Amino acid sequence: MDEPSAAGREAGDTGDAERCAPGQAETSVIVTRGLTKRYRGGQLAVDGLDLTVPAGSVFGFLGPNGSGKTTTIRMLMGLIEPTAGTAGVLGRPMPRAARAVLPQVGALIEGPALYGFLSGRDNLLRYDAADPTADPRTRRVRVAAALDRVGLTAAAGKKAKAYSLGMKQRLGLAAALLQPRRLLVLDEPTNGLDPQGMREIRTLIRELAADGTTVFLSSHLLDEIEQVCTHAAVMARGRLVTQGAVADLAAGARGRLVVTTPDPAEAARVLKEQGVGDVIADGDRISGEPPARDLAEVNAALVAAGVRVRGFTLVRASLEDAFVALTGEGFDVAG
Amino acid sequence: MSRAETIPATALRRPSPLWTLGLLRSELVTTIRRWRTLALLGVLAAVPVLVGIAVKIQTRGGAADHSGQGPAFITQITNNGLFLVFTALAATLPFFLPMAVGVVAGDAIAGEAGAGTLRYLLVAPAGRTRLLLTKYTTVMAFCVLATLVVAVSALIVGVLLFPLGDLTTISGTRISFAEGLGRALLIALVVAASLVGVAALGLFVSTLTGSGIAAMATTVGLLITVQILDQIPQLHALQPYFFPHYWLSFADLMRDPVYWDDLVKNLGLQALYAAVFGSAAWARFTTKDISA
Ligand SMILES: Nc1ncnc2c1ncn2[C@@H]1O[C@H](COP(=O)(O)OP(=O)(O)OP(=O)(O)O)[C@@H](O)[C@H]1O
Ligand SMILES: [Mg+2]
Repeated sequence: MDEPSAAGREAGDTGDAERCAPGQAETSVIVTRGLTKRYRGGQLAVDGLDLTVPAGSVFGFLGPNGSGKTTTIRMLMGLIEPTAGTAGVLGRPMPRAARAVLPQVGALIEGPALYGFLSGRDNLLRYDAADPTADPRTRRVRVAAALDRVGLTAAAGKKAKAYSLGMKQRLGLAAALLQPRRLLVLDEPTNGLDPQGMREIRTLIRELAADGTTVFLSSHLLDEIEQVCTHAAVMARGRLVTQGAVADLAAGARGRLVVTTPDPAEAARVLKEQGVGDVIADGDRISGEPPARDLAEVNAALVAAGVRVRGFTLVRASLEDAFVALTGEGFDVAG
Repeated sequence: MSRAETIPATALRRPSPLWTLGLLRSELVTTIRRWRTLALLGVLAAVPVLVGIAVKIQTRGGAADHSGQGPAFITQITNNGLFLVFTALAATLPFFLPMAVGVVAGDAIAGEAGAGTLRYLLVAPAGRTRLLLTKYTTVMAFCVLATLVVAVSALIVGVLLFPLGDLTTISGTRISFAEGLGRALLIALVVAASLVGVAALGLFVSTLTGSGIAAMATTVGLLITVQILDQIPQLHALQPYFFPHYWLSFADLMRDPVYWDDLVKNLGLQALYAAVFGSAAWARFTTKDISA
């Protein structure tokens, strides 16, 4: 009764109970089914999302600007009411079970938000006081530990309005770490951090994951996701494009054949003959989608045609290639 | 997975029901420590000082012109400094006090929404009903504090500048200084209670917008509008429902015996506003999408 209670939610109740059965809670920390959000302006921000985040994973949530990542996170945290569908967090339906679920969840949503007129330490004391399950007797100790964990101990007494962007981001992270959490939801956690800060956050995430915390991480930094995440999902225009283990996603995007040669024109012709698709010549470097046949034969064909080959390699696909393949090359944000 | 076994330490924390008050304490301390709150209280404390000095200067020649109008009780101040308390409350109740309350109430939710801190309070999780109750309690505490600041400042100035002693009530009877002090405290509490309606109105406005400034301006604007409408004779039939309509009835506490009719109407009207706008604020806030 403490959370948004639109009448429309009743319809989904029985479904929740089944899906969020205790057995499943052990294996999936976040489960959404047909999760949809249409904002009041009519914008369909999330469209029929079926997301499953395995327990203990570091889950990367990817997508271009405006693809609905933050909107999804807001629904998971009970801040906004889904237009349709259900969201379960830690085996309980959201937003109905927010009181029971959220004390076990640390969240950083769309960047940090702080009381500029309070010191960093007082900001954390206030956020901790907002949690009715947080023990006031250990509050100062836990706040000090959280400050220490993000490297802010020295700046703890400074007014938050005097913090730099990266310091604010660190303080926001500290707020998410005030208690031992079962789930951390981090919306672009390394935004504004310096390279050391980014590394520290990655280390922190690995440590937390090693302690058994599931980390749900949205980011645009694909190499970051590739470095820390075990699983990932990709959003585009409010829809889920794919989800799965990171290794599988990257493998799904096929690598490219790259040939370096002083005879590019001739090489391109031979490669096309050999069934290499999407051949692109760039100076002495020719690349294309490898054909199904054995690459040794492709190489032999080049040599037989008198092409002088300097290099012949298959470049493994990165997550970035997978991402671009899934969400398209276009730079413009979808309306 | 053995990891699952290590986690329930979190889940097994046995929260004490008292811990829920931590948010109220934080809210009270945060509100009081804000520079803006201190500035508002400073302005309120200055009003009795200005009134006291003005009265002192005006009457120094001994030929004070008591026929002019002014806030209630102003002519009595030179005889008894305690009347400065009543005068100061009568002078600040129509505008300064409710404006200060409107600023604090209007900013309560909207200010947090604008700064983005609302989403972090809600995922803490503060609980929407709990947060709203905490905010309303804090605004009411501010009503009492603001009124006491005016009263205490007036009492100090009154003691410093004017003689003290027995008082003459509006009805012409004499009461002792101690009883006068008691009535002053009672009046301060009634004045604080008179602000409950505008506090609820401000809190409701605060749930409607994501901008603290907009909510404060709207609340203060509504206050001014209603005060003006309350003066228009053609609206006679509606005026008993305007929240400031019976505000100055607190003066009836200085009658002997006390004339309760308007006092009761005032307190009833404030309770009605608190119930209506409190419920509206709750209905709005507990179903609202927090996307700022
Ligand atoms: N409060 C809102 N009201 C109306 N529309 C909104 C609101 N917030 C977001 N949107 C719209 O919903 C869509 C998804 O936005 P969202 O913030 O979820 O994207 P995102 O994936 O987090 O993007 P980014 O990578 O830029 O953070 C966008 O088209 C956006 O314009
Ligand atoms: Mg976002």
